[in-house]
Amino acid sequence: MSALILENLSKTYAPHKRSLTQMLSGVKRQKGFPALRDVSLVVEHGEFFGLLGPNGAGKTTLISIIAGLVHASSGRARVCGYDVVDDFRQSRRALGIVPQELVYDPFFTVRETLRIQSGYFGLRRNDDWIDEILSNLGLLDKAETNMRALSGGMKRRVLVAQALVHRPPVIILDEPTAGVDVDLRRTLWDFISRLNRQGHTILLTTHYLEEAEALCGRIAMLKQGELAALDTTSALLARFGGHDLEETFVRIMHDDDAPHLEVLA
Amino acid sequence: MSSDPLMAPAGAHRSGFPTLLLKELSRFWKVGFQTVAAPIVTALLYLLIFSHVLEDRVQVYDGVGYTRFLVPGLMMMSMLQNAFANPSSSLIQSRITGNLVFILLPPLSHREIFSAYVLAGIVRGLSVGVGVWLVAWLFVPMPVHNPVWALGFATLSCGIMSVLGLIAGLWSEKFDQLAAFQNFLILPATFLSGVFYSIHSLPPFWQSVSRWNPIFYTIDGFRYGFFSASDVSPWLSLAAVSLAFLILSACALRLLARGYKLRS
Repeated sequence: MSALILENLSKTYAPHKRSLTQMLSGVKRQKGFPALRDVSLVVEHGEFFGLLGPNGAGKTTLISIIAGLVHASSGRARVCGYDVVDDFRQSRRALGIVPQELVYDPFFTVRETLRIQSGYFGLRRNDDWIDEILSNLGLLDKAETNMRALSGGMKRRVLVAQALVHRPPVIILDEPTAGVDVDLRRTLWDFISRLNRQGHTILLTTHYLEEAEALCGRIAMLKQGELAALDTTSALLARFGGHDLEETFVRIMHDDDAPHLEVLA
Repeated sequence: MSSDPLMAPAGAHRSGFPTLLLKELSRFWKVGFQTVAAPIVTALLYLLIFSHVLEDRVQVYDGVGYTRFLVPGLMMMSMLQNAFANPSSSLIQSRITGNLVFILLPPLSHREIFSAYVLAGIVRGLSVGVGVWLVAWLFVPMPVHNPVWALGFATLSCGIMSVLGLIAGLWSEKFDQLAAFQNFLILPATFLSGVFYSIHSLPPFWQSVSRWNPIFYTIDGFRYGFFSASDVSPWLSLAAVSLAFLILSACALRLLARGYKLRS
């Protein structure tokens, strides 16, 4: 059974509702915004998979559908064989997500935050594992500190820790290194790479393409909600002839012969 | 690191409901000065002023002075407002700060989320109610004639407002929308439901209007628990309060199941 199976996923967001004034002045109802169009891909267990694309390409929408935060307009998503809608309990237990936004609950300390997150997954006595995560993310000395008192980088580490408290086989990191210092990046990638070597499946979105090139075995690129490329990193580099992933990325994103552009025209 | 990624950790199939409930309880308990002590002081001030002004001028039930009549009303008003405030403020804060995602990512069902938020609201409401009751003893003895009725009405009434707070928290996207809900719906419905008076002292038209206000039945039934006397039959009040709780709960559960304003 594959770690992630996405079948013909599409998502069109509902248009903004018209105000009364707009309705009376004859402003026409807008069409919905198509964020994702017919995306299918499979990620196998143990892969380090990159999901790349410019801002607004549909990466976060795709992740949100897998997480159950967004309902797909059509298509299906499965995590470790579990449908994200019909078998939501099993699929969410199999999934750990590090969200893009730096969010936290200001009422609690780091340890309380992680205990609470464990409890949501049904794990009551999880302190040994929590200590192990804290240690690996350099957070042990901050365990009793209130979340409000942490720096941005430390809050980012806690977000990673929260995604790992239930030992999910599949981990999704949505731009985890956006705006963080070199030290945290190294700590984070060392830890995540070790988890990957132990068998965890990693799906990563990032705008730092050198990170994706160094870490990801396979890469999917999204462009305006459609799958523009899907292959191993080395095959993508060879096929598009770039010196590095950044050049390959730019070529794919500006490739006017891509079939999806006909649909958009 | 000693994890086996393909093996679920022990206990992974338990419900997350107890943790969500504990988290919601500790959220208000950590700021207990604001969430429990402050409403008790407010009720104390109402009691101080109204009992001083009206004790010798108003008698609603035979043998029950105005201060004694007022205490259950004030208790219920404080309980209702705080039961409403708990889920609504928790949800709006979580929505605005973005940490709502932490309860949406785990395997919590809509029933578990509903039960945790509503129960925490009930506990906060009852805590405030007990606090007001204890403080009221400084003014006047307040024995409870029918504790089962009093506790039943207190719990159900806090349940109604807690569910309403949950709905308001789901619906509101900004603090001012929540404030509008509180100021234009909850506060008038509470003040115009017989906290400070018996509806028998109102003109017939306003008596009829009061009978359509479910909050009136919460206060009247609760008073029955204290004095074995009330404006309407306690059974009618119980039916009205239970019906309101069931209807609102069904609405809230439907909204949560649909992921209303939670999952787009």
